[in-house]
Order: sequence, then C-alpha cells, then structure tokens
Amino acid sequence: MGYPDYMRESIEKVNATRSKRLGVQYPRLTMEQGNEVLRDYHPDFKDEQKRNILVGPNRGDPANHEFADVLEAHPAIRPGDVDLEQVDWDVDVLVIGGGGAGSTAAMMAAEAGAKTLLVTKLRLGDANTMMAQGGIQAASKPQDSPTIHYLDVMGGGHFTNKPELVEALVKDAPLVIKWHEELGVMYDKDPDGTMLTIHGGGTSRKRMHSAKDYSGGEIMKTLRDEVRNRPEIEVVEFSSAVELIMDDKGACVGVVLMNMETQEYKIVRSKATVLATGGFGRLHIQGFETTNHYGATADGIVMAYHVGVKWVFMDSVQYHPTGAVFPEQIVGMLVTEKVRGLGAQVLNLDGDQFTYPLEPRDIESSKIIREVEKEGKGICTPTGKWGVWLDSPLIDLIHGPGTIERELPAMVRQYRRFDIDIIKDPVLIYPTLHYQNGGIDIDANTATSVPGLFAAGEVAGGIHGTNRLMGNSLLDVNVFGRRAGRSAAAYSRDAEPGKPTLEHLTRYEEELEKAKVETDRHAPILLPEYRPEHLREHMLDIPL
Amino acid sequence: MADDKVLQAIDEPPVMESEICVTDELVEVYIMGKPYTVPASLTIMKAMEYVGYKLVRGVGCREGFCGACGTVFRRRGDYKLYSGLACQTLVEDGMYLTQIPSFPAEKAVYDIRELEPTANTILSYYPELARCVSCNSCTKVCPQEIDVMDYVNEALRGDIERAAHTSFDCIMCGLCTVRCHAEMPQYLIGILARRLYAAHIAARAQDLESRVQQILDGEFDKELADIKKLSEEELKDLYKKRDIEPT
Ligand SMILES: Cc1cc2nc3c(=O)[nH]c(=O)nc-3n(C[C@H](O)[C@H](O)[C@H](O)COP(=O)(O)OP(=O)(O)OC[C@H]3O[C@@H](n4cnc5c(N)ncnc54)[C@H](O)[C@@H]3O)c2cc1C
Ligand code: SF4
Ligand code: SF4
Ligand code: FES
Repeated sequence: MGYPDYMRESIEKVNATRSKRLGVQYPRLTMEQGNEVLRDYHPDFKDEQKRNILVGPNRGDPANHEFADVLEAHPAIRPGDVDLEQVDWDVDVLVIGGGGAGSTAAMMAAEAGAKTLLVTKLRLGDANTMMAQGGIQAASKPQDSPTIHYLDVMGGGHFTNKPELVEALVKDAPLVIKWHEELGVMYDKDPDGTMLTIHGGGTSRKRMHSAKDYSGGEIMKTLRDEVRNRPEIEVVEFSSAVELIMDDKGACVGVVLMNMETQEYKIVRSKATVLATGGFGRLHIQGFETTNHYGATADGIVMAYHVGVKWVFMDSVQYHPTGAVFPEQIVGMLVTEKVRGLGAQVLNLDGDQFTYPLEPRDIESSKIIREVEKEGKGICTPTGKWGVWLDSPLIDLIHGPGTIERELPAMVRQYRRFDIDIIKDPVLIYPTLHYQNGGIDIDANTATSVPGLFAAGEVAGGIHGTNRLMGNSLLDVNVFGRRAGRSAAAYSRDAEPGKPTLEHLTRYEEELEKAKVETDRHAPILLPEYRPEHLREHMLDIPL
Repeated sequence: MADDKVLQAIDEPPVMESEICVTDELVEVYIMGKPYTVPASLTIMKAMEYVGYKLVRGVGCREGFCGACGTVFRRRGDYKLYSGLACQTLVEDGMYLTQIPSFPAEKAVYDIRELEPTANTILSYYPELARCVSCNSCTKVCPQEIDVMDYVNEALRGDIERAAHTSFDCIMCGLCTVRCHAEMPQYLIGILARRLYAAHIAARAQDLESRVQQILDGEFDKELADIKKLSEEELKDLYKKRDIEPT
C-alpha cells in the first residue's frame, strides 16, 4: 500500500525543504489573532450545527445536534420495567466506569474503608484512558510551579475554567505522579531518576511526563492491575449503568445495570455513586471522525441529566489537530501531540509551514481547517477527505537518528502496518473529534448538585473551561478520580438512603411531552451504531 | 486537482465511520466459519460490522491500544496460523478468522510496595514461568511484535529491567497465552516485571520528591490563593507576559 503516486509529488516537496526548515520557527499567534481564527474556522462557532435544548436543567442552552439528540430522547427504561426491591448489590460506594477516573476512585474509596463496587460497560480498561499517548502534565521541576501551571491551564481554557477546580488540578498533580511512581508506572526517566519532560500545546514549561507513546496505556494497565490486586474492590465488567436510582429525599441511591451480553438487568443499591463514564466522542459531533473508544457515548451525562444535574461547556468540543486521514483504515485515529512536541512541523501542499506547531489545540485545528478551506492548500485523499502534512522525519533531524523509533513506537508500528514509514515520510492529518471539554458541573470535591452523586474525569466539566491542554486530562482523571473516591466514601459514612424510586424518569417523559418532543430515540445509547442501514432494515426481531 | 473538485469536496460534510469508503474490490472472508463478501478496504472489525454484527465482545479502543480484539486466522491454501488485532488488520480474500476476546488466565494478587525485584518474586507468583520450553510460539503470535519469549526468559533470569523494557508495548491481548505450551500467562508476568522495575529498580525522581514536600508544606497555597483572586483582565495580562521555557 503506502502513499499513492499523486501524493508523493507533494511529499517530495516536503522532503526537499526539510533541511531548510530545520530550526525555522513559524511565529505563534497573538491572543487577538488566535481569537479571530477560532471565530472564523472552529466548529464550535458554527451556529447552524447547534440547537437550544428543549428539556431538562439546561433548557435553553445551545448544544450540538448530536448531543441534543441524546438529551431530547426517552429514558432508556420506564419505571415499571424493573423491580427496585430485588437488590443484587448493596454497597457503600458504587463507581460507574472502568477507565482512569473510575479505577482511582474505586481504589481511594476502598482505602477509606468503603465497601466498593466498580461496574463498567466493556472490560476494565476499555476506556479512553488506555489510549492516551502523549503524556500527563505536572509541575514537578524546579523551574516550574503549580502557579505557572495554573496560568497555562486558564489561558488554554480561555479563562473560562472554574478556578477552584484548576487549583485542585495543579496542586495535586505532583502528588499523582509520585503515587504512580510508587505503584510502578514506568515513566520515561534519566538514569538518575529525573523525569524526562517536554512541552505540549499551550505549556510555558516542559512539564509533560510520558511513558513513550503509551502513556495512558501504561497508567491504565498499572491501575487495572492494582484494582485487581485489591480483593476488597468488586469489579463487574460488561455491565452498563442505564439509569440512576433516586430516593424519596432526592439523593442518588444506586443504579439499574444491564448485562451487555444477556441484557439481564441488576439493581445496585449504594450510599454514594461516582460517575466516571468518560466522554462522548462516539456521538460523532458534527459528523467528525473520533479518536475515542467504542463506549464513549455520553451515558453518564444523560443519566445525570435525567436526575436534574446540569452540565457546563458542553457546546465546546475539542478537535485534536492531528487525526489520521490516510490510509482510510485508520481515519480519525490520533496522531499524538508528542510528535509536534518533539519538533515536527505542520505543512501544506507545497511543503510550507503555515502555523506554529504547538498552538493550543483549538487554534491549531482552526488553522489547519483554514489552510484547507480558505487557502486551498490541503492534500486530497483518494476517498475525498482533506489533510495537511505532519513532518515526522524532522524529529530525527533535530534529536538524532533513532529518536522516532524510541519515542514513538506505537505510531511507527501503526503506520508500518499500512506500509508507511514515518521516519522517512510525513503523515497526512486533519482535526478529529477528541475530547469533551465540558461536562457535569462539580465542585473541587467532585460533588454534583444531587446528594450522593459524584462525578470525575472526562464526564465532568469546568476544569478545562472551553479548551483542554494536552496532558491535563490524564492528570484530571487521576486528581478528581482520587478525590471522588474519598468524597464518596466520606459521604457514605453518614448517608441514610430512603425509599428507592425511578419517579424522575416519569417526570422527564412529562417534560418531553410538554416540550412537544416527538421522537423514538432512547438514551443512554450505550454503543454507537456501525451496522449499515440497509442491513438493519432487513433484520427481523424474533426472540430466539 | 481541478478547483471545482476542491470546492465540492470541501462542501461535503465529513464522512462518518459507518459510511466506510467502499471500493469496488470485494473479498470473501469466513467469519467463524461462515463466508461473507466484504470490501477489501475494511479492517476485520469493520468487516464484521459491515455484515451485520453489533459488537459487544472483541472490541474496545478500535485503535490498537486496548487488546480487546485479538484474532487468529488462516489463509486459503496455507497451513500456517496467523494472528492480528481485528481493529488493525485488513481483511484478505480467503481469510478464515475467529476472535479470541478472552482467554482464561489467573492473575496473582500482590502488594507491589512490599515486593523485592527478583526472579524469585515472579516465580513465587507464577511458578509456571520455569516451564518455558523456548518454542517461540508466543513471539510468533504477538500482534505487537514483541519478543515475548525473550521477556519471559529475561524474567526467569532475574533481569527484571530488561523484561520490563522488552514487554513494555504489551497491550495484554492474551494471544500469547493461548499458544503457550507451558500454560503461562506471559502478559501478567510482563506487567509484574514492569511494576517491579518502575517501583523498585528505576531511580526515584528527586525533583518530584522535593516538589511533593513543598506542596504538602503548603508552600504554594498563598500564591495560588492570590492568583485565583485575579480578575480576568489581570490574568490575561499575566498570561501574555509569561516567559516560555525554550524547547
Ligand atoms: C486517543 C486518545 C489520546 C489521548 N491522549 C491524551 C494525552 O496524551 N494526555 C491526556 O492528558 N489526555 C489524553 N486523552 C484524553 C484522556 O485520555 C481522557 O480524557 C481520559 O483518560 C478520560 O478518562 P475517564 O476515566 O474519565 O474516561 P475513560 O477512560 O473513557 O473511562 C470511562 C469508562 O466508563 C465506561 N462507561 C461508559 N459508559 C458507561 C455506562 N453506561 N456504564 C458503565 N460503564 C460505562 C467506559 O466503558 C469506560 O471504561 C486522550 C484521549 C484519547 C481518546
Ligand atoms: S505479549 Fe502477549 S498479551 Fe502482550 S501484546 Fe503480545 S501477544 Fe498480546
Ligand atoms: S509459548 Fe510459552 S513455552 Fe513457548 S516460548 Fe513462549 S512462554 Fe515459552
Ligand atoms: S479494539 Fe482495542 S486493540 Fe483493537
């Protein structure tokens, strides 16, 4: 396979200009210029792609159509469908979601002495956390400080972030890395133990810690191993939460679970519940491809919305500037920001630079969209998609031969499967739907507006405002996951759950009716639909 | 490239994953023994969806990171057994495939903080490690192209540092375990080696240690409280003026 001939023409230009571009830095945009390119080219600013929500606590707020579709939908079950009195698990702390936030929450809850149950949709660790490549931020070096980190986070988020959440994030950061070190996460280090740290988009200090380009994988595998080392945490896989259970006093007291294989339902009663269900990439906002794992379908936000919990910044979505657009088989897949962190430049059809490679993500994405849409300097793929070059070979020129292989083994392998050698040739990229900037409104202890319900990780919002910087999310899931576990355990000590009910679902139905929402959609959707439509129309619904 | 083609393509909305580019070339694959005709441009995972499977097993990240989609296959007219990740492997004409989303293996339970980084530690939890017959089947099957047999033997020799590095790219798909004559769960040995190395052999980061102490001593509390109080304008001003550490 490899690149088709017509693409090679442009690649030759890139290869020919490489040595001349070495050390030539394209200037960063000023804040004003950045805002302008965002306004003109970022998908968040496309009003026609959004509508104002008709129901629920955020009624009237704008949301992308795909997200609005899962909110303006019938709840997944009706109160009469299940028997709440037949309890299958009765625990202190229930954690929903087996990614980084869920695993850390479960560990902390159990350490605090709470009887803990972790449930997750697919396998433990089938999660966005497993896929993070680039790294995790923490102000661990002398030339850095939590305060400088704070400023970078706020600037990256366009000063919309909730200050108390950012404070918690930057202050806990070094503690998290140290905790990982003790748990045996294999961070990249010098022989004397000094962590190797590099820049990421929007950072003013080199504070990106990594484990090659398997950073999230290395963290997730270690956390998973550790969760499994603790018999006091019960783990139930292939079981999705479908709706939260409330009590007559308005507190969250459990969840209705569904076995993903048998579709049997189970009732979990809990004194405190942590939502750690991750993001919404698989809703394919504005039709974008996504880097997210298969189960990233906004379930947590939908369930919380049904019990009256608000979200913030959900109309702001992170499109990662460098998603693969060629070859077709890996379209949407992430090309880690570490590639630019190591010095790779972003180039157009002619092999020219047109952007500072490490602008904050939203600006970088907008500049790439602009180069294709306005300047017409994109490269077309055989299937009609557009992209620009990311000049990976430059890395070895800057840092010496062998660097790419050493630092980016996952990426080298992925492209080699399709006969593309990223050490010799650049890769074709375009922005891809990557991260849900917003989420459930929480405080610094991860409490939501509903007593007994906590939220941590990508499902929560406010930490990153309208734009997250790379490396702050792996951090966020650890910082707030740990806090959620502790808060939930503390809350559970005095909680006295009342009579369980699903009354809120009936009220939600009434609201839909009042707002004249007529639909056969149901949510949470649990999994995206990738079977072709013509086939689905030819399927019979016969119980076997 | 003609200009009108450029503009036309830009006006079209991006294509969703479900509407995978369907090339004219079709191939025949046997999914768990049943033949289906699918476009040659699909991965095994997308081909299964294309013929109507709603996947719950054997799928996770869809990008080669989680190890949920281990698949074994044979090719028509070829006795050899091949393997790959369903999300990363293209279908081929005459491919007979089956997914192995889960294979039994028992994970040892330990407290990493209390362990010594030695071969005996690993052997005490996984005594079957000593049963390796060096058949190399594990290395041949590994979709991550890891020298599995090497890391197994490095662990056995007590070279935990090496075993940690050799096994680093393991995504814990379990395919090696399916093939092992010694019936050992190699990937569980791999992660134990990595955790032992990182927690007990690699030098600790001194900078980090002091920073943690500073935080616990409350050294940044005042600074952070102050910066939190700044107005948006003041913050923006600080942000614009911040100095950037050279790359
Ligand atoms: C490809 C990729 C690369 C990334 N790279 C970086 C990086 O370099 N640095 C960085 O900081 N961040 C990165 N991120 C972002 C970061 O990895 C994620 O935001 C973060 O890991 C989310 O963690 P989480 O625990 O909140 O969610 P997840 O890790 O996604 O876990 C959520 C879990 O909840 C489960 N779940 C969902 N719904 C339900 C339900 N209804 N019932 C039960 N379980 C449910 C899911 O199956 C999953 O196991 C990256 C993300 C992706 C996708
Ligand atoms: S070492 Fe084994 S478990 Fe790990 S990736 Fe290779 S085959 Fe899969
Ligand atoms: S398959 Fe088992 S016995 Fe064979 S080399 Fe690998 S570890 Fe040893
Ligand atoms: S689905 Fe995760 S590796 Fe294939």
